[in-house]
Amino acid sequence: MKKSNIEEINRNIYDIKNKDEYDFKIKKGLTAEIINEISNQKNDPDWMREFRLKALDVYNQLELPSWGPDISELNMNEIATYVRPKSKLNSSWEDVPEDIKNTFDKLGIPEAEKTSLAGVGAQYDSEVVYHSMKEDLIKQGVIYTDMETAVREYPDLVKEHFMKCVPVYDHKFVALHGAVWSGGSFVYVPKNVKVDIPLQSYFRLNSPESGQFEHTLIIVDEGASLHFIEGCSAPKYNKVNLHAGCVELYVKDNAYLRYSTIENWSKNMLNLNTKKAIVGKNAGMDWVSGSFGSKISMLYPMSILNGEGAKTEYTGISFAGKGQNLDNGFKVVHNAKNTSSVVNAKSISKNGGVCTYRSLVRINENAKNSKCTVSCESLMLDDISRSDTIPTNEIKTDEVEFSHEAKIGKISDKTIFYLMSRGISEEDAKAMIVRGFAYPISKELPVEYAVEMNNLINLELEGAIG
Amino acid sequence: MSDKLLEINNLYVNAEEKEILKGINLSINKGEIHVIMGPNGSGKTTTANAILNNPMYKKTSGSISFENEDITNLKTDEIARKGVFMSFQLPEEIPGVSVVNFLKYAKNKITGQPVKIFEFKDELKKCMEELNINPEYMERSLNVGFSGGEKKKNEILQMLMLNPKLTILDETDSGLDVDAIKTVSKGIEMFKNKENAVLIITHNTKILHSLKVDYVHVLVNGKIVKTGGQDLAREIENEGYEKYKVEE
Repeated sequence: MKKSNIEEINRNIYDIKNKDEYDFKIKKGLTAEIINEISNQKNDPDWMREFRLKALDVYNQLELPSWGPDISELNMNEIATYVRPKSKLNSSWEDVPEDIKNTFDKLGIPEAEKTSLAGVGAQYDSEVVYHSMKEDLIKQGVIYTDMETAVREYPDLVKEHFMKCVPVYDHKFVALHGAVWSGGSFVYVPKNVKVDIPLQSYFRLNSPESGQFEHTLIIVDEGASLHFIEGCSAPKYNKVNLHAGCVELYVKDNAYLRYSTIENWSKNMLNLNTKKAIVGKNAGMDWVSGSFGSKISMLYPMSILNGEGAKTEYTGISFAGKGQNLDNGFKVVHNAKNTSSVVNAKSISKNGGVCTYRSLVRINENAKNSKCTVSCESLMLDDISRSDTIPTNEIKTDEVEFSHEAKIGKISDKTIFYLMSRGISEEDAKAMIVRGFAYPISKELPVEYAVEMNNLINLELEGAIG
Repeated sequence: MSDKLLEINNLYVNAEEKEILKGINLSINKGEIHVIMGPNGSGKTTTANAILNNPMYKKTSGSISFENEDITNLKTDEIARKGVFMSFQLPEEIPGVSVVNFLKYAKNKITGQPVKIFEFKDELKKCMEELNINPEYMERSLNVGFSGGEKKKNEILQMLMLNPKLTILDETDSGLDVDAIKTVSKGIEMFKNKENAVLIITHNTKILHSLKVDYVHVLVNGKIVKTGGQDLAREIENEGYEKYKVEE
């Protein structure tokens, strides 16, 4: 009999496939005609249609990255980039169609909304099907809505910020995103408003051979603060699905933003997501990131410390099992005096999984008296798994404190024996060691996500011991 | 009902292809405290590890039974769940797993019962007090950053909380100062009753000053060469192992 501190969950929760029902699914491929059709379907304003078409041009000009995991199996001619679910945007779960609502129920979203969240957005395939926020935040002028509504109702705010933090030229998949983006969340927190309870958006991709390209744009104005949580999952299909979201975060002077994510994509997913934050004077930007699913992940959140005294912290973990190649990391640019960054990255690999920590630390000449501390630790559960660290450090001034520490370890037989001598089975002993290894990350996550992460670890380890 | 807990029968054990134990016999009954003494390399730690069937030690012949049940080839965790505990010479560090959570988890595995958290914490606090362990250590990662003495005291704490039938103390006294040794002896006294037994493995006699024992076994070169009472420990203290080595 198997017991643990936390209740067991069923992997099926993530693997529930609803019938591939939709209101509209664009034909596969990527042409100007298809982009125009998406624009028609979404009722874009002219500027957005032009933006999309320009992004498509950029996409066609840019090459695939010459480094990192092999993504040549991705054939955009086989991917439907827009799938509109059979649901309008609702502000009550009652109005969300039964099968879609059931999916989110099983993922625990409406329940979490009642107990621990100030607002929730839920996206199914390409469109947001539910959005709601507590009354008092609305009164304080906080805006939390789906991206399409923001484009219509807050055009000035959107135009000023949309793909300015992450320009379409950044890389090929950002350009792709610019051309086909759909859904996502828009948050604006006015000056000096502190949002004490987190907001959460959940992204669920149900449709096979399709892509999810949600756009998240968050502006935390001067002196304001916010905790935003993002969750992602998808059931498993045999063919490749693509996720190329984009997250743009603006943390203005003296503001604070904490961005927590658990990405639990299915193992047929290519996760090519881009996340970037611009951090103002004396502002703080904290990232907490758990990356579990997906076949290939290339994910490197980035903080640009533009204001004097800006701070950022990245706390992240990746867990790669059989057939998974998770190429994750963090990028930081110190671009002003007295800025600081702390990176605490961990990875776990088993059954031939590959985890790579790829990072960039750039400390510009103007960033005197700045500090950067990087620590990466990897744990390999067997001899066939791999773990690599590929840091790039560009330090252009002497007046900085910089340290980088990397450790790669295995679970020792002695440790297993020690735990087994306390009545704990070999399998439970390994799970305990792995959960302990992940604890510095899971303690930074909201409770439900920490529990989910522990459950995922247990699931991943089940049957891992021969 | 038999009072017999442990019975080791003509046990031969290899470590890294080298024969370490060469025919050990040992019988421990409920209510007894046994001591195995011997010079470095005589096979003391191997004996402890063999009882718990550490896979790094290979049994080539002989058998071990516990409460008249053959445990020679059981897995370590199964043996632990039958009521055998070992205090390690070098306890392992487990980052991210707090002392309290670890003990709660182990207790649940050993008893097969859900642990009542408030009672459990009260008992844990009491035991920590008795052993002069800072109560803050409850929330600290198991053995991480603990001094040598703190690790040993934590082993004794685990023994008290898990309440085994047989506890094996592998060099628990070595490297400890006088006060810490007193604390360990106090722990053993708190643990000891008519229903359980203690096997102390040591290369010196310090701990025996504050503890009354029933049997002393002298282990030299993989064999028990002499068994006696507390007097034998005193004799070793004065004369060392030379005499037995010569016999070999």
